[in-house]
Amino acid sequence: MPVFYALGAALGALAVAAGLATLTRAALILVYPLTILAALVLGAVDLQVLLTGDGLTGSLPIGLPTIGLRLRLDSLSAFFGVVINGGVLAAAVYGLGLDRDKDLTQRVEPLFPIFAAAMNLVLLADDAYGFLFAWELMSLSSWALVVARHTDPESRRASHLYLVMAAIGTTALLFAFGGLAGPAGGYAFDTIRAHAPPPVVVALVLAAALIGCGSKGGLVPLHAWLPLAHPAAPSHVSALMSGVMTKVAIYGFVRIAFDLLGPPAWWWALPPIMLGAITAVLGLLYAVLDRDLKRVLAYSTIENVGVIFVALGLALAFRANGFAQGAAVALTAALLHVLNHSWFKSLLFLGAGAVLHATGRRDLDGLGGLIRTMPRTAIFFLVGALAISALPPLNGFVSEWLLFQSVLAGPILPEASLRFAVPAIGAMLALAAALAAACFVRVYGTAFLGRPRSVEAARAHDGPLSQQIAMGALALLCILGGLLGAPLAAVIAPLVRTFTAGALPAPGSGPTPFSLVAFDSARSVYDAAIIALFVAIASLVTLVVVHRLSERRTRRGPAWDCGFPDPSPSTQYTASSFAQPLRRVYGAVAFAARETVTMPPPGDLAAARLEVTLVDHLWRVFYAAPGRAILRLAERLNALQFLSIRRYLVLMFAALVILLFITAVTT
Amino acid sequence: MTRNLVVQFLAQGAQMLLVLLLGPLAVGVTRRVKARLMRRQGAPLLQGYLDIAKLLRKESVLAESASWLFRSAPYLIFALTWVAAALVPSFASGLMFNWAADVVALVALLGAARALLALAGMDVGTSFGGIGSSREMMIATLAEPAMMLIVLTLAIAAGTTRLPGVADFFISEPLAVRVSLALSLGALVIVALAENARIPVDNPVTHLELTMVHEAMVLEYSGPDLALVELGAAMRLTVLAGLWASLFAPWGIATTASGTALAIGLAACAAKVTVLGTLVAGGEVFMAKLRLFRVPELLAGSFLVAVLAVTSSFFLA
Repeated sequence: MPVFYALGAALGALAVAAGLATLTRAALILVYPLTILAALVLGAVDLQVLLTGDGLTGSLPIGLPTIGLRLRLDSLSAFFGVVINGGVLAAAVYGLGLDRDKDLTQRVEPLFPIFAAAMNLVLLADDAYGFLFAWELMSLSSWALVVARHTDPESRRASHLYLVMAAIGTTALLFAFGGLAGPAGGYAFDTIRAHAPPPVVVALVLAAALIGCGSKGGLVPLHAWLPLAHPAAPSHVSALMSGVMTKVAIYGFVRIAFDLLGPPAWWWALPPIMLGAITAVLGLLYAVLDRDLKRVLAYSTIENVGVIFVALGLALAFRANGFAQGAAVALTAALLHVLNHSWFKSLLFLGAGAVLHATGRRDLDGLGGLIRTMPRTAIFFLVGALAISALPPLNGFVSEWLLFQSVLAGPILPEASLRFAVPAIGAMLALAAALAAACFVRVYGTAFLGRPRSVEAARAHDGPLSQQIAMGALALLCILGGLLGAPLAAVIAPLVRTFTAGALPAPGSGPTPFSLVAFDSARSVYDAAIIALFVAIASLVTLVVVHRLSERRTRRGPAWDCGFPDPSPSTQYTASSFAQPLRRVYGAVAFAARETVTMPPPGDLAAARLEVTLVDHLWRVFYAAPGRAILRLAERLNALQFLSIRRYLVLMFAALVILLFITAVTT
Repeated sequence: MTRNLVVQFLAQGAQMLLVLLLGPLAVGVTRRVKARLMRRQGAPLLQGYLDIAKLLRKESVLAESASWLFRSAPYLIFALTWVAAALVPSFASGLMFNWAADVVALVALLGAARALLALAGMDVGTSFGGIGSSREMMIATLAEPAMMLIVLTLAIAAGTTRLPGVADFFISEPLAVRVSLALSLGALVIVALAENARIPVDNPVTHLELTMVHEAMVLEYSGPDLALVELGAAMRLTVLAGLWASLFAPWGIATTASGTALAIGLAACAAKVTVLGTLVAGGEVFMAKLRLFRVPELLAGSFLVAVLAVTSSFFLA
């Protein structure tokens, strides 16, 4: 019971913070401390439930008339709760140091705790009504945060698109829960669990869940709003949206596909793995060509969500075929990637926020040399960039490694279509991993390395201490999560066992307690701690030996640059020039990229121009074309607005007759 | 037990020393064979060591705009490549630290070394560094997934991702001709050439701006830092040659921890790397470097072959 009061008090504190901040400006200062407090309490409760496995249930007499509002915190909710409250905590600590005048936070602060509370409520909800209510609260509060900078026309466009997509997503989820509840209308989750819907309904529910959760998470082709809306919000809110809110979407899918829908059939796996793999590759292709720091990060979020969906799909496939071990490896990969991505993406967005605050710029081509002007931020961002590129020994590689292990178990699947799909998925994941490295070398190389390309970048400085603490803590988590992958996997093992009936071998079964073992220790072992130790020893030995052997003389001089150093920083490679080879290799296929060079005739002093045109096929097919069709249809139907009453009566009569016929035929 | 442990420890040490020492020699052999085929005298076989010794004695000239990342990158790159090298069972399959990582981690370690080098290339802020890094990462986006798929194919065939396990499988079934393995063998050759910046992907001896990839990235390094980068690159060659040899020509690899077996393994490994170096040199004499934007076609080809390999291993196990 005291745990319940703690939960209630924490959520209450968030509500109070929001309320006070709305009422008086003097209370704005309370928002982040109260949010920190609440996130600590909520995170502690979640962690306790996750570690002990003792869930909480309760109900409140509000909500749907017959069942009230059911609340439940089981280990799945608790795991995602840890992810969410960790992100909220980091964003709130970062928020403490925000500059009230410059960062426009009066519009942000009242909504920030509501957003945090709504995400927690989605996890707590144990009936469809509560879930959808909290989901919509989360969508609307985050929409309001995106629109906080409404003076910027791009923000307005982003928030408009976001609102439309969020509405579509919630509608799809409404249908999903409608299908799950069935004709009896049992909207409580335990009623839904008790009876399995017929296969047709299952397919519809799965599709609706993919649309609903996929649109929130950024699954292609429902992704278009995400790279516009996430960067448009203030940076610590971007961190929350990208690092954390996408995880709520994944929670929704896991809750529906693994829990509410009952035992899976093998074909459930196909849509998530195929959409996920396409999302992963396309997300990075967008990211690697984009020049806006925050948009690159948002596109990379899409990629990571794709990777998580692939892992979830593989887990479904293995589970449907009764291969518990494989399902456990895949689900562990998915959940660890949820955790890892929430850490490094929050870190990167907070870093981008620090850069934006210090320089006022988000365009990569205007930055450069920040490693000298913002040394601390540069270190933290480097950790995040290497982690997200799935490089060992950082945390991104742990989940990547597990994912490849589950792909490797693919030949055990009996269904031919899965056997064809899984190697293709493996190829796309490998491509995505390599593109991620290229993408983040490009981002870090142009923003933080080299020489400053603008006055603002040359005058940048690290942010206040609270922001450095937030980023430093996340960077530390990225490192620790990499080294302690095996203990982390052990913590979520009971949770994985509930949903897959299998688990990774216990940490003790490997050569050291830090060995991550997939299947069994004779098959696959990855020991990040030993690798890190080896790399550390090897580099130290090298350092000592080289310093003994060499004369240790170092001289600073102008850059060599093949003998022709040019002092102008504009001779450096920019983000655009870095991406040019990639654009030529991938862009021609994916975006119909075309370069046109316009050279003035000899004697003409006009500048030569290089123009690049990219076509966003996904936007064209999935957004622009339906948008035009809807407008055309609306214009046609517009005539219906100006009919006489007689005609309206005829229309109504016809509608009535048709409906009666339909009812007659179906019953 | 302790004696066994000592032997194992020595074997591991020998392995690490071997890849370290073999690198410049393999480069020397390659250069020498190439020179002879071109009817030139060529540098002595040990020129690689002499170069490194010379560089170590020189002072390091740092560009004014170089940051700490530029200074520390050579050590980390060297260490990462060295650890990756220690994981490959070049001459013995039961080495001490072989369990610490598997083929997936090996590919990722080499990827980490490459990402760091690309970052270092952009640190000084010159146009050449950027050219090199950008091209290197472009090549990597195709070579790395191909490499990953190749090792996945091998892992599927062997039923394990542990490198010693994969090597043991190939030792016990050396003649197991399979479609997937034949395909991956071909793909690995192309990928290994790309990973090591050899012709036809990159020219290791050029200093002509249009053709540079690897050399452009390391242009600003000098003295001991350059020695480390060069040694790391040479080691990369031995890692991949060793990997290729231990998988597709696993003759002589020691499976027991006895002294003679290890000695045979050492000799066999050195011989295999030398033979591979000779073959590479022979190939380079008869081939021109591809234009930069033809390289992706070659690598995409090898990526596709690798996809076919892994797909066929799903069906024709």
